[in-house]
Amino acid sequence: MPMLPPGISQETFDQALARFREAVGGDNVYSSDEDVALYRDAYSPFWGEPEEKLASAAVAPATTEEVQAVARIANELHIPIYPISTGRNLAYGGSAPPYSGSVVLDLKRMNRVLEVDERGAYALVEPGVSYFDLYNHITERGLDVWIDPPDPGWGSVIGNALDGGGGWTAYPFRDHFGAHCGMEVVLANGEVVRTGMGAVPGSKTWQQNRWGCGPWVDGLFRQSNFAIVTKMGFHLMPRPEAFISANVSVQNDQDVIPMMDTLNLLENMHQVNGSTGLGAGFGGGGAWSCTVPIYGPERVIREQMAFAKAKFEEIPGATVNVGELIRTPLTPEQYEQVRLVNFGIPNLSTFAMLTRSPMNPNPAGGHIGFSPLIPRTGEGLLEFRDFYRDNLEEVTQGENLGIVGPVFMTNWERSLVALIMFPIGRDVEMNRKMRAAFTRWVELAAERGWAEYRSPVAFMDEVADTYSFNDHALRRLRETLKDAIDPNGIISAGRYGVWPKHLRQT
Amino acid sequence: MSMTKIAFAGALGCAVLAGSALAQQALPIPPLQHAVPSDGLNAAQMRGQDVFRTTCEHCHGPGRGMPGTSSLAVKYQDTAPAIPALIEERTDLTPELVEFFVRNGSGAMAPYRKTEVSDDQLADLAAYLSRPRP
Repeated sequence: MPMLPPGISQETFDQALARFREAVGGDNVYSSDEDVALYRDAYSPFWGEPEEKLASAAVAPATTEEVQAVARIANELHIPIYPISTGRNLAYGGSAPPYSGSVVLDLKRMNRVLEVDERGAYALVEPGVSYFDLYNHITERGLDVWIDPPDPGWGSVIGNALDGGGGWTAYPFRDHFGAHCGMEVVLANGEVVRTGMGAVPGSKTWQQNRWGCGPWVDGLFRQSNFAIVTKMGFHLMPRPEAFISANVSVQNDQDVIPMMDTLNLLENMHQVNGSTGLGAGFGGGGAWSCTVPIYGPERVIREQMAFAKAKFEEIPGATVNVGELIRTPLTPEQYEQVRLVNFGIPNLSTFAMLTRSPMNPNPAGGHIGFSPLIPRTGEGLLEFRDFYRDNLEEVTQGENLGIVGPVFMTNWERSLVALIMFPIGRDVEMNRKMRAAFTRWVELAAERGWAEYRSPVAFMDEVADTYSFNDHALRRLRETLKDAIDPNGIISAGRYGVWPKHLRQT
Repeated sequence: MSMTKIAFAGALGCAVLAGSALAQQALPIPPLQHAVPSDGLNAAQMRGQDVFRTTCEHCHGPGRGMPGTSSLAVKYQDTAPAIPALIEERTDLTPELVEFFVRNGSGAMAPYRKTEVSDDQLADLAAYLSRPRP
């Protein structure tokens, strides 16, 4: 038998499961060892250790009404539940809960694309819709809009946005939460709330104006445990006519400062809208480089590129190589050559970094990422590069753990993510070393004023601790909200460091 | 290697394109290539092939950017007799082996829950991948 939720008797748990079965159908409640084991986090850094977070059961509703019913039962019986979308948030917890003994609320069966409006360029989807699903829906209907996929295309459009994920096409679409417009959420007491213009009966603008009137609450449901999101709207990009990119190289280490200033100017003017790639001057000196991708009408982006090229060429010694303009839709030949996510096409090629290869015939299998936000400046890049180099030996105790970093991610405007990746497998001792290294990076980064944008479940408390201004005033505010919205603390206990009152450490 | 090249939007037909003002745009649906045609499959195998194309092919298909295929190519590079990297082309798979890997995963491949691949779908997938070959 799987574990019980802490503090819940077998009798109460059996009653809960029986009522869940009535609510969603017996085939959609999973309580056997074999079935519940499928909800383990395959990339858990605690795999096989007593601290590994495990579910007690899983319930898979197919509709908002069934989610409401499950929430009411859980709320009445004080059963902890943990909503997942497609459950593929690997490296950030997968389908396992942050609080062992939770019942996973598996929303994969809620997989309807409710609407794609080509003229308005938006979609309304349920949590079980993956990027593959939405892409197929759009292409099967010949609609001329793009989605913005993250690296792995099997993830949930809603889940990725709610966890703070990003993609690889043009801004603002690649900021997935930022590109959303309107939500439907189910509260712990089973009540349904629609946000923004969705709160207006008969509204015709739910996916067209995200603000509505009055306090905007959507942000409360990002990386949170205040409610269960059952619908979400997203703005889509009308297919751009063309794409062009340039590679910019500068010769000296300090030249990264004017290179980033120029790039920022162009991005903040919205003359460059693609996701920039940064080539780092590792080793303490040498060349830096960046890519300058632009989406839009051919005649316009040729002029934008000419403007960008001239700006970069003001940096002494800079070279700018403008690539071939690519018109869309892609030809079959282009399809075989481009990085597909840059063209709104979901795929799973990113997993090649984890799977067997001639260079790495025995990979660990999984990974986790430490990903602090740093300033989007040359000075910021230089400081983080030196920080990583200067502290790597201490963090790893002088051992080669296979840690990879830093990779500078540019999914968002105005800041950078400095990603450090840790291989995670089934070797308990290696995983322990990875955890120690991860924790040390969190501590060292916080000393510099850097903190993560997103966290693996195993480190959510540590990361939340770094947001500590004014004696953790932000955490206390979040706890006040949690107690008000979910007084029995049933939803996603511990997610991103927010615990319900009865589980809070004093 | 048998391989069927699927033309852009070729499988869509005209009906699904007709509703759009931009219906003349032929948009790509990945993956563009399937390793095995559907000819000669029985009903269960056909359903299993659909499961494969929906769930497995993005990693275990032919062509570039297929980590499952490239990983197995390394794994079996020195195996005699040779084992194809494309699991659809293997003749040594049993239903039990297919079910084991889907429910247990392997390396970077996480297990598939029953909400992703139901037991019935898994049985069809197993029937497809273990089908007798001429």
